[in-house]
Amino acid sequence: MSAPMTGSRRSVRREAWRRFMRHRQAVLGLLLTVLLALTALMAPLVAPHDPDEQTDIVATRYQPPSVEHPMGTDRFGRDVFSRVVYGARISLMIGFLAVAIAISIGTAVGAIAGFLGGWLDTTLMRGVDLLLSFPRLVLLITLVALFEPSIALITLVLGLTGWMGTSRIVRGQVLTVREMEYVTAARVLGFGQARILVRHILPNVLTPVIVAATLGIGNTILAEAALSFLGLGVQPPTASWGNMVASGRDTMLNAWWITTFPGLAIVLTVMSFNLVGDGLRDALDPRHVV
Amino acid sequence: MASGGCALIRFALRRLLQAVPILVGIVTLIFLLLHLAPGDAATAYFNPNVSPEIIDRMRENLGLDRPIHEQYFRWLRAFFTGDFGYSFGQHRPVSAVLADALPNTLVLSGVSLVLIFVVGCAVGAVQAVRQYSKLDNVLTFTSLFVYSMPGFWLGLMLILAFSSPALPDALRLPISGVTSIGYEFMGPLGKLLDRARHLVLPSVALGIASAAGVARYMRGSMLEVIGQDYIRTARAKGLPERQVILKHALRNALVPIVSLLGLYVPLLFGGSVVIEVVFSWPGMGRALYNAILGRDYPVVMAASFFFGVLVLAANLVVDLLYAAVDPRIRRA
Amino acid sequence: MTGEPLLEVRSLRTYFATEQGDARAVDGVSFEVREGETLALVGESGCGKSVTALSILGLVPEPPGRVLPGSSVRLRGEELVGASETRLREIRGGEIGMIFQEPMTSLNPVFTVGNQVSEAIREHQSFARRPGESRSAAIRRTTIEWLGRVGISEPELRHGYYPHQLSGGMRQRVMIAMALSARPAVLIADEPTTALDVTVQAQILRLLASLQEELGTAILLITHDLGVVAQTADRVLVMYGGQIVEEAPVAPLFREPRHPYTEGLLHAVPDLYRRRARLAEIPGSVPHAAAWPEGCRFRPRCPYAWERCFEPPPLVAGSAEGPARQDRCWLEEEPKRRAGAGFGVAVRPAGSP
Repeated sequence: MSAPMTGSRRSVRREAWRRFMRHRQAVLGLLLTVLLALTALMAPLVAPHDPDEQTDIVATRYQPPSVEHPMGTDRFGRDVFSRVVYGARISLMIGFLAVAIAISIGTAVGAIAGFLGGWLDTTLMRGVDLLLSFPRLVLLITLVALFEPSIALITLVLGLTGWMGTSRIVRGQVLTVREMEYVTAARVLGFGQARILVRHILPNVLTPVIVAATLGIGNTILAEAALSFLGLGVQPPTASWGNMVASGRDTMLNAWWITTFPGLAIVLTVMSFNLVGDGLRDALDPRHVV
Repeated sequence: MASGGCALIRFALRRLLQAVPILVGIVTLIFLLLHLAPGDAATAYFNPNVSPEIIDRMRENLGLDRPIHEQYFRWLRAFFTGDFGYSFGQHRPVSAVLADALPNTLVLSGVSLVLIFVVGCAVGAVQAVRQYSKLDNVLTFTSLFVYSMPGFWLGLMLILAFSSPALPDALRLPISGVTSIGYEFMGPLGKLLDRARHLVLPSVALGIASAAGVARYMRGSMLEVIGQDYIRTARAKGLPERQVILKHALRNALVPIVSLLGLYVPLLFGGSVVIEVVFSWPGMGRALYNAILGRDYPVVMAASFFFGVLVLAANLVVDLLYAAVDPRIRRA
Repeated sequence: MTGEPLLEVRSLRTYFATEQGDARAVDGVSFEVREGETLALVGESGCGKSVTALSILGLVPEPPGRVLPGSSVRLRGEELVGASETRLREIRGGEIGMIFQEPMTSLNPVFTVGNQVSEAIREHQSFARRPGESRSAAIRRTTIEWLGRVGISEPELRHGYYPHQLSGGMRQRVMIAMALSARPAVLIADEPTTALDVTVQAQILRLLASLQEELGTAILLITHDLGVVAQTADRVLVMYGGQIVEEAPVAPLFREPRHPYTEGLLHAVPDLYRRRARLAEIPGSVPHAAAWPEGCRFRPRCPYAWERCFEPPPLVAGSAEGPARQDRCWLEEEPKRRAGAGFGVAVRPAGSP
């Protein structure tokens, strides 16, 4: 339940924080997420080798996991662990930026549709229905195929295909909040529509959007990995978990580690974000208790 | 029930009519995408190995020499008459390419959908009935893990596991394709079994993450239903607990799950692109992927269109199911 | 009219584990229901009436709830607390039927009403096959007979209706058919008319009364509505704070309430238009069951309360009427204190004797 008055908002936040910290899985997810973020930020310090380093390929390639190479080496003799660490940078960066784009578009579209209503609302929501009737991955690979793949393009395209769910949530929230008394009160006091939107409605819409964003990061990382796996995303030699899995595919039966470890990194990362998202939902919305 | 069936048909027809504008929207969107691309689609073929005649034929095929509105209406007409053009990659009409691929995708997605529904609901229901037990905790964690797995990686891990020499022959499952070598020489039962065995790993890889998602949702739905008054009524009637859960609770808990399936369908078809590539499954997803790599635009466009149509059709089926499961919807 | 003790409840305690500690929802309740009588259990919501009913049938959700050792519920001498689940299932809907407050939510929305009534009939074998009639045909015929019996017109047709296609009153009739189809000795009716319109309320009460006469069923009527009590009950138990605070035959209770809580209930004027606000005249509200006040549980809301009320009063037989009446109040020992305080002049609800 969101508090309409600023006075009690702080205590509501504190209460939410308390609920979140009592949620064991959520705390675990948060710790993992922070750890992953730190790993990505300090990749040069964490990684034992240069991710692109190649010396005497024939002697160093396809080495199974060892103390020197905890996740083994790939077909160019590069250290898989170091590449996984650097891959975290790519995955997290694309995940965060794409979700930021998606959330911005989704919030804007949803707020406009919900607040202004009328034909604009109908048109926008029909458009959302239309976009949702495409499998996201089909839309992604079709879009990406039309251009030269680059990290910027992938981020943009992931953002452009990920905002529809948010816009529906925001529109629904705006419609509910709009009818509440304090908005009516603000209108009576003569505040402009823009100000009502920014000051009174957006803070209330924030809760479900934060939850959707957290869960969205996990989905976006999965989508990026799938694109890169198909060779339509991040291009080698830049390390991304998806293209690393793909690179080990042909030699998987002899060198299982090249595909296995980057995949585990994806699972762990996505799971962390899902844990945090679930915890946030339970903490921010006490009605949703299962 | 007779009037119920009639209402169901009217409901279906109304939904079918509502789908028409979305269909036009899909075709328009694909058209816009095509024209959004840098240059035009034919320039993708500008490479020394392609003769100029072919490129001219291609331009003509796509109608790229005409004014844009004329192109759009030609495009619309072509799609609604089923004329999807000619695949230069496969040297045959696009409709023939799709006719081969579509059934394979439908079988794979259909089996996956059943798997998602059955496994997801069963796991979620068991968890709800044994809430807070050790089993519940283990399954909660497992489904979270599975839910976070990329399908392509799970597919590869399954291939790795089922290629292991340590595995006894009895447990071995095919890891690629639709049928085995020598399929033509099998009896009817053998053929069916062979196809079924080929379906196991791809459908698991495609569906299991969504099944975990359904399980998470089903647990909550079932818990909510178990707290309802009518469950208390069923118990006060003296019904055995089995019947209370399997009849009264389950049927109600399934109602929101059916609409959830509508959300998983696009995910399923998207995932089929990756899974079909991993398991060399000759379906629409692989056709789309190969067409993209080969810049075979007519196939790309037609396949995207069909994926949109499949989602629409699946949503229609889900709506009908929803009406069948919940008698309250039928009247509306 | 009143006969042998049929259902005996002794020292029933049902607690619920909550974050604030044990909620003592039912805390030492004893009473009996006799053959053919209507016993009303009265009190505001949160007093433990419904939990008492669920405890009798062994339907308290466990956890968080639990029936404490030492509690006893006997049906014709047979102990039900701790009885096997199989035996309890025979009793539920078989020897003790139950109907609930909300006929909207108490019927399963996805099955036809005929299906739901026939389930009870099949489970308790309460149908007789005519020669040459199949089992399922006999069940169907019996179901339709019962639907007709509770006053549903065109029962053949309504048999195939879903609950949302019926009005609230109709749904409650379906519930009654379901609960009585096995001809139980006792019917527990938990607020059977609260959710209904006033006119429908009267119809349902008349239906219950006529079926009671026909079948000889004893009824344990749970309600907060004294108007309903006055119309239907033989005896009344007043419950507050998980305890019985007063027990009396219906006429003396209305004529001369002894416990201040009963007095307060009677004083609150029934408001036909705003049913839920009816008890507003007793100041304050029922406290949380994990934190009953020390001593007399009604003390903080009682206009007579004095120092002695910090000690828990015992349930004692009233001086004049003998064992038929008892109440739990120190005023029994110091009747002088009644003068000069209280809820003012009691206004009796319409229809009271």
